[in-house]
Amino acid sequence: MDFLTIIQILDSTIRLATPLLLACLAGLYSERAGIFDIGLEGKMLFAAFFSAAIAYSTGSVWLGLLAGIASSLVLSVVHGLASITFRGNQLISGVAINFLAAGMTVLVAQDWFKQGGRTPSLPDEARFGPITFPFADALENVPILGPIYSELLSGHSLLVYVAFACVPLTWWVLFRTRFGLRLRAVGENPAAVDTAGVSVVGLRYAAVMICGVLCGIAGAYLATALQAGFVKDMTAGRGFIALAALIFAKWRPWYALSATLLFGFLQAIALRYQNIELGNFVIPVQFMDILPYILTVVILAGFVGRAIPPRAGGEPYVKER
Amino acid sequence: MDKMPQWADVVLIPLISLILAAILSALVILAIGENPIDAFNLMVQGALMRSAGWGYTLYYATNFMFTGLAVAVAFHARMFNIGGEGQAMLGGLGVALACLYIPWPHWSLAIIGATVGAALFGAAWAYIPAILQARRGSHIVITTIMFNFIAAGVLNYLLVNMLRPVGAMDPATAKFPEATHLPTFRDMFSTADNIMFRGAPANVTFFIAIAACVLVWYLIWRTRLGYEIRAFGHSESAAKYAGISPVRITVIAMLISGALAGLMSINTTMGESERLILNSTEGAGFIGIAVALMGRSHPFGVFLAAILFGFLYQGGAELALWTNIPRELIVVIQALVILFTGALDNMVRMPLEKLFLALRRRDA
Amino acid sequence: MTAPAIELKGISKAFGPVQANKDISISVQPGTIHGIIGENGAGKSTLMSILYGFYKADAGEIFIKGQKTLIPDSQAAISAGIGMVFQHFKLVENFTVLENIILGAEDGRLLRPSLAKARKELKHLAEEYELNVDPDALIENLSVGHQQRVEILKALYRQADILILDEPTGVLTPAEADQLFRILDRLREEGKTIILITHKLREIMEITDTVSVMRRGQMTATVKTSDTSPQELAELMVGRKVLLRVDKKPATPGEVVLEVENLRVIDDKGVERVKGIDLTVRAGEIVGIAGVAGNGQSELLEVLGGFAEGTGTIRMNGTEIPLSGLGADGQARREAGICHVPEDRQREGLIMDYTAWENTVFGYHRNPEYQSGILMDNAAIQTEAEAKMERFDVRPPDPKLAAKNFSGGNQQKIVLAREIERNPDLLLVGQPTRGVDIGAIEFIHQQIVNLRDQGKAILLVSVELDEILSLSDRIAVMFDGHIMGERSPDQTDEKELGLMMAGITQEPEGDLAKVVDQQFALQEQEREGEANG
Repeated sequence: MDFLTIIQILDSTIRLATPLLLACLAGLYSERAGIFDIGLEGKMLFAAFFSAAIAYSTGSVWLGLLAGIASSLVLSVVHGLASITFRGNQLISGVAINFLAAGMTVLVAQDWFKQGGRTPSLPDEARFGPITFPFADALENVPILGPIYSELLSGHSLLVYVAFACVPLTWWVLFRTRFGLRLRAVGENPAAVDTAGVSVVGLRYAAVMICGVLCGIAGAYLATALQAGFVKDMTAGRGFIALAALIFAKWRPWYALSATLLFGFLQAIALRYQNIELGNFVIPVQFMDILPYILTVVILAGFVGRAIPPRAGGEPYVKER
Repeated sequence: MDKMPQWADVVLIPLISLILAAILSALVILAIGENPIDAFNLMVQGALMRSAGWGYTLYYATNFMFTGLAVAVAFHARMFNIGGEGQAMLGGLGVALACLYIPWPHWSLAIIGATVGAALFGAAWAYIPAILQARRGSHIVITTIMFNFIAAGVLNYLLVNMLRPVGAMDPATAKFPEATHLPTFRDMFSTADNIMFRGAPANVTFFIAIAACVLVWYLIWRTRLGYEIRAFGHSESAAKYAGISPVRITVIAMLISGALAGLMSINTTMGESERLILNSTEGAGFIGIAVALMGRSHPFGVFLAAILFGFLYQGGAELALWTNIPRELIVVIQALVILFTGALDNMVRMPLEKLFLALRRRDA
Repeated sequence: MTAPAIELKGISKAFGPVQANKDISISVQPGTIHGIIGENGAGKSTLMSILYGFYKADAGEIFIKGQKTLIPDSQAAISAGIGMVFQHFKLVENFTVLENIILGAEDGRLLRPSLAKARKELKHLAEEYELNVDPDALIENLSVGHQQRVEILKALYRQADILILDEPTGVLTPAEADQLFRILDRLREEGKTIILITHKLREIMEITDTVSVMRRGQMTATVKTSDTSPQELAELMVGRKVLLRVDKKPATPGEVVLEVENLRVIDDKGVERVKGIDLTVRAGEIVGIAGVAGNGQSELLEVLGGFAEGTGTIRMNGTEIPLSGLGADGQARREAGICHVPEDRQREGLIMDYTAWENTVFGYHRNPEYQSGILMDNAAIQTEAEAKMERFDVRPPDPKLAAKNFSGGNQQKIVLAREIERNPDLLLVGQPTRGVDIGAIEFIHQQIVNLRDQGKAILLVSVELDEILSLSDRIAVMFDGHIMGERSPDQTDEKELGLMMAGITQEPEGDLAKVVDQQFALQEQEREGEANG
């Protein structure tokens, strides 16, 4: 494997890790506030369709992005109503949201575009194009650092840089701001927040909405940057890999970056090589596909570095008498 | 006192939830420019007015009874088994191995072998999440989701690399031998001059599903084990006091749940495709969630809800065939049913409870 | 005369048909400690929750420092200068002390300045009120007493000058309780107003200036503490002459049934709750275990009942029974002749959603008489349940009703009927009359005595000293996981038992506080030992 191949695989890793990272951070806000969200997949899918559809119809990728975020937020409201206002089962709500998105996207796509549940291919101006860093071309031929700069770091779409910027931002919000302190507290012990005179419902809705925004960006990225348009089921389980990454990351922003990069890397490898041969031993491509899930189960089992979720996670808050 | 009479909880709430889901679905159909009443008529025509329609409806219902029961049994032990899909996939593997590698003289023996294979493999796939939950506290919802994906990968690998006949292109096993062919409804109910259920896949597995409903009812409400499962589901601390081992109940309930999910694949793999294909489950594992919620985890409720969903599936296929409405409409309806009967239960329940309380006060 | 710090006028609150508070008025002078005493369920906590904005009163007005104040939520209570220390602390366990203190009272959107300010303020408060806590410690690593200090600091940090404490000593060791009272004394000196909610007479007499008594949602009296006596307060609380005496013949103890040697129990958090106790119970006697809640009695019952693990030796009728692993569950205990009326009937003794008849075999559901083939013989169980419910006068006598629909007393009768009619060699009884109406109490006590008279061994755990004194033939007092000593009920009294429950075995020679202090230092050492080890 030569240097350029490695650069290409890493480049592909970054592209593939971006939606995972955004969805993972989305889940992080929600779950840190005590609301489990297995509907990340559905929100991303919803956003992917609506961003592609609107970007195609208006020709503006920015309107597409807004539409993606707005549609994802609609599902966030549903999840909020079910799990916060009506204190329902958060897991069941998430399952419902995934199906709702899977069905609605195809239904509406068929009604609008009549192309078997997909949008037409987006023209370049309705997509997020690559951003080329200054001097990227000039530095291309510098050994080692050149390709790293011009191939690996430069040339991604804006949303990739947004996703990576969200990592330090999330860390800062969670651990350096009042909002973050309260958010973490409400996921650990909502009664403490309530008796301190802060609204539990308000905080949890805020978290669920932030989750919606990030899932919206993730979906828009899939349909308007990574690919050109929406196809049925295009999230392909990314929402669940993000969930796995979140557990892997123990609900921490920087760990989330590493976890999603690792899972993105696995996807990049699986995409490039069918089977990996290590001497006599062949690792089948299916193994690479399921590795994130296996790793997550191992982490959940607590054999290596036990992951402890926020203590009030999944529990609706009811005032005690 | 109970806030409202039991019949309201068992009948009224699911009914209202269903009506809400139906209204929203009708709105969706309207929004895409079709007439909901026509659509409904078409569904009834296609699914219930011809014997072939029933043949499909009951075929789908068979799948949903198994997966619905699987989710229901786990619910009784207060566990959410979202892994029915993966357990059914592995159940399919069990069926395929039993059919392919054992020379059965007759289908009636083959189906016993397949049942054992499906149940064993389904249960085995549920065992790991169960034991991790019981011993290490790993959240069973997350682990079963992960196990769905792992199952898909494992099956993919086995079909592509090991079970695929030499020279075949698609990832599937060889056709099962003729002796394992299950009698379809057509075989069973047609007379020489009156062909019934023409071309429909419903088969003898339907009766196994009904037997499963009855057995699960006995299990939950008439046996010691059922008593312990429900006790554990209501209160873990009380179960411990009574000497009921949480580990044992968690594992056993999940084994039963996984076995039931696995049994579904007799219907799809042995009864319909007669070979194991990659996506034989077609999401039936997830529909079990809607069916169990709708049926209030009671086998009879599951039976009814499974038939309802069977109707929706067959009716939806008819819609896709004759109108501009894609099959995904059913996925939307399914989502709405899960949403209203599961997650938004309180939205329906709270006003009803207030109503009954007010009625009672007026009586008093 | 200054305006009262708090004045409540005509507060009423109903939950459905239950009138939790009925036309309650009190007035508390600034710089005093006002006690509110009453039995469980008298409506004390509801009243305070209204004052703290958790509930909205149906009627009535609240005046703070002479100003009429509306308190729709906790935020309003905090800005009115009210702080509350709940019975169950409202702390974020994996946050530091400092983070808990600023939560909800931050200055501005960024944490750093808030934390810095709080650190300074905390140092100041610690000096002023002797409330020392490490600001950077995680809550989960603090002792219960220190966690309570954090709660008090939280209130003070929010400039509270009215402090409500709801049953603050329920979870404290006597030494910690004593420390708390010293802090409260200090707060009073600094001019804070304190409302102390408790059901313990001793605490009221020890520290309050004035006291109000609540009974069944009503305020029955408000008096100066110096003008009253514990007897008078007790009467006001219960509404009749107290002291239940159970008719019983002297015990005739027989063979040793239960022998406990060097029993130790370590709980889920790794804290040793039972620290090597020895105990015997003979046939035909009731041994009562007295003690403040949380001194290891519950764990003792749980291990004997088979749903917690321990180490040591337990012999039942001379045969050793396992304390962990296989054969150490409720099922095995029942087979060994141990039946158990657990302390918490709602969480342990009953499945609240099961019908009465299903509950009458709970724990015995595997017995052969309830099976018919591979199924359970539900008809037989129902017939038996009906008869049982009649014998134990369970009302309404409807076996098909879910357990949650019976009153506390009738629920307890279902449990008792189930356990006593098994005719066990040893009956474990935990808090038999907690939350039980007066009428049922006498019935329940009589049933326990009857079983003793049939020559059975009974181990009774209760936090009600009255109950222990009137039922027991022998009394053991537990404190901090140890048995402090055994007494015969006619050779002891509440005073002596009370001292033993506080960890003091003989009359102290010097001043009482000093002894308590020594005790406290000892515990601290122990705790540090645990932390290091």
